[in-house]
Amino acid sequence: MSPTWVQLAYLVAALCFVLALKGLSTPKYARAGNLVGAAGMALAVVTAYVHGAVHNGLLIVLAVAAGVVVGIPAARSVKMTAIPQMVALFNGVGGAAAALVALTEFLAVPHGSVAFQLATVLTVLIGSVSFSGSVVTFLKLQEVMTTRPVLLPAGQLLGIGAAAVSALLALSVVLTGNGLLLVLLAVAGLALGVLFVLPVGGADVPIAISLLNAFTGLAVAASGYVLANTLLIVAGTLVGASGTILTRLMAQAMGRPLTNILFGAFQATTATATTDEQRTVRSGTVEDVAILLGYAHSVLVVPGYGLAVAQGQHAARELAQVLEQRGITVLYGIHPVAGRMPGHMNVLLAEADVPYEHLKELDDVNPGIGSVDVVLVVGANDVVNPGARDEPSSPIYGMPIFDVDRAKAVVFMKRSMRPGFAGVDNSLLYNPKTTMLFGDAKESLTKLLAAVKHV
Amino acid sequence: MIDLLTIFVLAVFVGFEVVSKVSTILHTPLMSGANAIHGVILVGAILITGRAEQALEVTLGLAAVFLATVNVVGGFVVTDRMLEMFKGHKAGRPVKSAANGHKEVGE
Repeated sequence: MSPTWVQLAYLVAALCFVLALKGLSTPKYARAGNLVGAAGMALAVVTAYVHGAVHNGLLIVLAVAAGVVVGIPAARSVKMTAIPQMVALFNGVGGAAAALVALTEFLAVPHGSVAFQLATVLTVLIGSVSFSGSVVTFLKLQEVMTTRPVLLPAGQLLGIGAAAVSALLALSVVLTGNGLLLVLLAVAGLALGVLFVLPVGGADVPIAISLLNAFTGLAVAASGYVLANTLLIVAGTLVGASGTILTRLMAQAMGRPLTNILFGAFQATTATATTDEQRTVRSGTVEDVAILLGYAHSVLVVPGYGLAVAQGQHAARELAQVLEQRGITVLYGIHPVAGRMPGHMNVLLAEADVPYEHLKELDDVNPGIGSVDVVLVVGANDVVNPGARDEPSSPIYGMPIFDVDRAKAVVFMKRSMRPGFAGVDNSLLYNPKTTMLFGDAKESLTKLLAAVKHV
Repeated sequence: MIDLLTIFVLAVFVGFEVVSKVSTILHTPLMSGANAIHGVILVGAILITGRAEQALEVTLGLAAVFLATVNVVGGFVVTDRMLEMFKGHKAGRPVKSAANGHKEVGE
């Protein structure tokens, strides 16, 4: 056991983490909460260094410095649109660190008690799953790989196989205390993480990240057992538990059970490829849309990730101002999962200084949507897809949407007919009320702005 | 071991309790903040590296220290940047409409 002063410092740090999580769930104290968490972390790390860095002190300082040099610029320079994949990446390296800690401790002390061995194999396994799973979510969000669910032939069998092999390896490590088997277990964990995340479709990836985040917390808690360190147990468990709750809340915001999100793709058929080619799409010119907007009484803008990526927020706001000068009511409909993560769109629009009081949520918009003259969907797709409401076979069935198909007219600004992030076809595109305006969101909005001024 | 198990069980309840109510706007920052907190594995990484003697252990330990540091500092900084976006909205006052109100690195 560590000396009393070390235990006390860890206790204070643990308290800071509880306060941080508490603060982060209330808008008023969120930022302060985050700072309290950082302060607790600084205290814990300095304590560990002063008390525990008997050897290799300089090397440790250098490794921390290298981490700071890499981590801070990465976190500071990442675009707001890319935050979700950054969070995934940071989570992944945390999981890898936990697995490495347990592995190193095992090399130093290969034959501990059974409880110790169990904690070791758990840390290595969960840490590896979290690492490789996070890397795959990163690749999906970065659109390096397809955002659609990837279904390997016999993917389900492969997953079960990898899980079984992992369990066997874990058991044999506990029985034999063999280091090589532990390394093999890490490899099996990596494969398991990949197989776990591949079938998760684009819109559900953030929920997978949240779950992997909880996993890393558990891996850290298990490593706390390995090292008999109370702070790691408390902090890891806090993240594991709160992450699990958060994952459930996020799934609820999408209106779907968690099991459906994680394993839904296994059941999903490819039968949704209906006769799209035969359906007609009405595409309009900027002038058509300008006339439509100029003579409307009320306009609803539904922004999506496409707007944020094109940095079209300012053009959208200017357009709204011109319309308002004509006496037209303009509101923004913000879907809880617009963007790449729940709440992401609020962050993006806040960054662009869109007036907060113009942002309306689903429940404020949908009841009166029938009387809205024009809905301007800018770079959003999944959050207005009527399939989520009407087609039980749709992978996003059950997710609450803006019922824009009930408005009097819809203008859909989109780069192409390509499906949205969830990779699901959208029947709204073929609705007779819908006018398509193809092109980059920012360009189209700028042109539209000029055209509206001449109406 | 029972002591540690007790701590674990109590922490589970605190974790559930602390995050039981959170608005959708804060889901992403909360996830990111929790992400930073599990970077506390840095403490474990420092401890094992501090008592490591063989070259392999030192190398693995240092790798863990490096990765955990990236997790910690990156997590807290990203969370703070996100929350910074919300400032000024709390009071519900209209935001200045200057086109270059925020100057963010990387835009």
